[in-house]
Amino acid sequence: MTGTSPAIELRGISKAFGPVQANKDISIRVMPGTIHGIIGENGAGKSTLMSILYGFYKADAGEVFIRGQKTEIPDSQAAIAAGIGMVFQHFKLVENFTVLENVVLGAEQGRLLRPSLARARKILSDLAAEYELNVDPDARIDRIGVGMQQRVEILKALYRQADILILDEPTGVLTPAEADHLFRILDNLRAEGKTIILITHKLREIMEITDTVSVMRRGEMTATVKTADTNPEELAELMVGRKVLLRVDKVPAKPGKTVLEVQNLRVRDHQGVERVKGIDLTVRAGEILGIAGVAGNGQSELLEVLGGMRPGAGDVTLNGAPLPLEGRGSDGQSRRAAGISHVPEDRQREGLIMEFHAWENTAFGYHHDPVYQRGRLLMNNAALQRDTQAKMDKFDVRPPDPWLTAKNFSGGNQQKIVVAREIERGPDLLLVGQPTRGVDIGAIEFIHRQIVTLRDQGTAILLVSVELDEILSLSDRIAVMFDGRMMGERLPDQTDETELGLLMAGVSGKAA
Amino acid sequence: MDKMPKWADVVLIPLISLILAAALSALVILAIGEDPVAAVKLMVNGALGSTYGWGYTLYYATNFMFTGLAVAVAFHARMFNIGGEGQAMLGGLGVALMCLYIPWPHWSLALIGATGLAALFGAAWAAIPAWLQAKRGSHIVITTIMFNFIAAAVLNYVLVNLMRPKGSMDPATARFPGAVHLPTLHELLAPIGLNFSKAAPANVSLLVAVAACILVWLLIWRTRLGYEIRAYGHSETGALYAGISPVRITMIAMLISGGLAGMMAINNVMGEAERLVLNATEGAGFIGIAVALMGRSHPFGVFLAAILFGFLYQGGAELALWTTIPRELIVVIQALVILFTGALDNMVRMPLEKLFLALRKEKQA
Repeated sequence: MTGTSPAIELRGISKAFGPVQANKDISIRVMPGTIHGIIGENGAGKSTLMSILYGFYKADAGEVFIRGQKTEIPDSQAAIAAGIGMVFQHFKLVENFTVLENVVLGAEQGRLLRPSLARARKILSDLAAEYELNVDPDARIDRIGVGMQQRVEILKALYRQADILILDEPTGVLTPAEADHLFRILDNLRAEGKTIILITHKLREIMEITDTVSVMRRGEMTATVKTADTNPEELAELMVGRKVLLRVDKVPAKPGKTVLEVQNLRVRDHQGVERVKGIDLTVRAGEILGIAGVAGNGQSELLEVLGGMRPGAGDVTLNGAPLPLEGRGSDGQSRRAAGISHVPEDRQREGLIMEFHAWENTAFGYHHDPVYQRGRLLMNNAALQRDTQAKMDKFDVRPPDPWLTAKNFSGGNQQKIVVAREIERGPDLLLVGQPTRGVDIGAIEFIHRQIVTLRDQGTAILLVSVELDEILSLSDRIAVMFDGRMMGERLPDQTDETELGLLMAGVSGKAA
Repeated sequence: MDKMPKWADVVLIPLISLILAAALSALVILAIGEDPVAAVKLMVNGALGSTYGWGYTLYYATNFMFTGLAVAVAFHARMFNIGGEGQAMLGGLGVALMCLYIPWPHWSLALIGATGLAALFGAAWAAIPAWLQAKRGSHIVITTIMFNFIAAAVLNYVLVNLMRPKGSMDPATARFPGAVHLPTLHELLAPIGLNFSKAAPANVSLLVAVAACILVWLLIWRTRLGYEIRAYGHSETGALYAGISPVRITMIAMLISGGLAGMMAINNVMGEAERLVLNATEGAGFIGIAVALMGRSHPFGVFLAAILFGFLYQGGAELALWTTIPRELIVVIQALVILFTGALDNMVRMPLEKLFLALRKEKQA
């Protein structure tokens, strides 16, 4: 072995959680001054591997070498001491502290706060100049956007003199513009000789910024290739283990009569803050209206009001009949009775009861359906179990066992249970929120096909997603939401990510 | 993948917890210079060694079944009803009113009437905390425990000022008429040739309690309402999504819970005392919490745990009677059982889960 030693080298790492082998004999070499992508489906073992590297888990077997030195990492303190910094998917910031206080937290150097804060201020301004990491050091975390918060996380790592940076799904919450900015920062860091490990499931990001990419599948490292020598199709195939259709195949929509008409819809949250500020939209039979937008701009509230989960104000009609937005007739049961099905954004907290068996979840929301009753009081569990088995077979839920509890299915299979339940109702209107969040590529393809099939049968579909790719490939029309308002409507073949990205950031483009 | 087989969860963990509690109790008994083996023998003999002992054990168990079921039903809707004590007191008031002021032709009709009014009073007493929780967000733990005190005060007032027979110095109602006397196990078993102790208070309400266990099981696992209660208990946002009204479920679950706690009064007031006295509940409402915890909120588990606590109660009374072990120590032993089976559940569970995982791994290797 000549030349520089790798910044990180893992040899034969294995880790099992009970019967589940999360990492199986994984070896990887990350060269200094490069961006190394790790890509794989949910549950492929990426996060476990990085948690081992950061000292959260102890590997059952295998060795870690940092800059050529064999290193034990029993906890995150040791990881930090070894120069490793981690930016988690869910930020670990104290909301009511300032940026500066958050950066210093845990690395105060001395009993008195003031001198370390002053020192940190100086270092932050240097870092900001060097890497385009501009953040107001005195802003409170809860007053700055997610993009900024992420920069604070990076600053925290750099302040602790990390020269190896691990980022876990960093773009999940960012607008395209913010993601571009992040990539510029990563570029600068690489130019300064820092080593970066980027964990993601987005092929586009891998192609855009990494030097080398490692693919994980079911706990194993299936390939490590130079990014320049590969392409998205090949990577997708390596991830899933078979050929994958990345674009949705669909014929042009044949929109029918108007199913959903929303006028001047306003929604307030629990604190009384207006989240949806007067929006209009229509969805017709046999078409998919996609709502694009960065998370937290009112799309969730829009879906929840239409799904009967929270009250709102305004005029909404379904098939010409007014839909009550508060009080009697505005709950989830009334919505279902009116012909609205709802695949909620958060399947674990809303769409499923995680402790229920699959068969109990199949009736969730439809438990008043006469088919599932036996007499006036009892439920017909046998019919429910048969029904579940049929749906599981049709939607290829694995394992096809109605007696398994929901939490024991993978994300993709959980979502299939929800989608099967909602789609099989043959609704007039289907509300879909984040249909493929945390779902593996194979299942994404399947779920997308089901949604398009339902459209072709004449259902009106309102799709909310923060994944622009998904919006672009599924929608027949695209509306962009920003700060509770509609920024405009576009046709998917007459727009692109740049224009949508600007609208998502609140910058009005040309009129449609 | 579940971490442990189900039998380990429902049988092994409570068993180990019990053994731990017993071991610690033995140490305490040793420490005060008594013989733990003799103490255990005395408890077993006293509680299970005769039909007299069984009669008391089952009498206490009947109380605990009702209050345990009450707590269990509320648990399924993720509510901690610790107001069983107060609800049972009010239930007692309902029983007394029914028994004293209506001339019943037969005990069976009186039992139906008394059960109904006891449940109604108990439910009504739970309704106010439930409504405050559902509509105002006042925490049910706080309000139900406050309502225990109010119930005690109400009962005190009613007994002293309204229902006390003229000239009596005792804050208690008059004795119930003979027509509402509930058959004891002695009277029930005599026709089929079994000779059950005459003096023991266990009575026909035991059968009502067992029926309640079965009905609660049906309610929770077989009815639509039970489905909604469990769904709400697991996830409030999930319930909202499915169109299950949180207000409705909170109210209904607490009404059922309070009703069950109130029904306890047919055992202790109508079956045993045959008049309403102060502090008739004797803490059974609180024991119900331990019973529900130990029984994993499952009616069958509640049934078994209720009998166990009945045994502890009766055996403990025997200990206090025949040894120098002070009465307070009996309470300590009971508390240890509650501590280990309820609060320290994870202490046993975690190592056991690890053990099972290791075993499984070995099998695979």
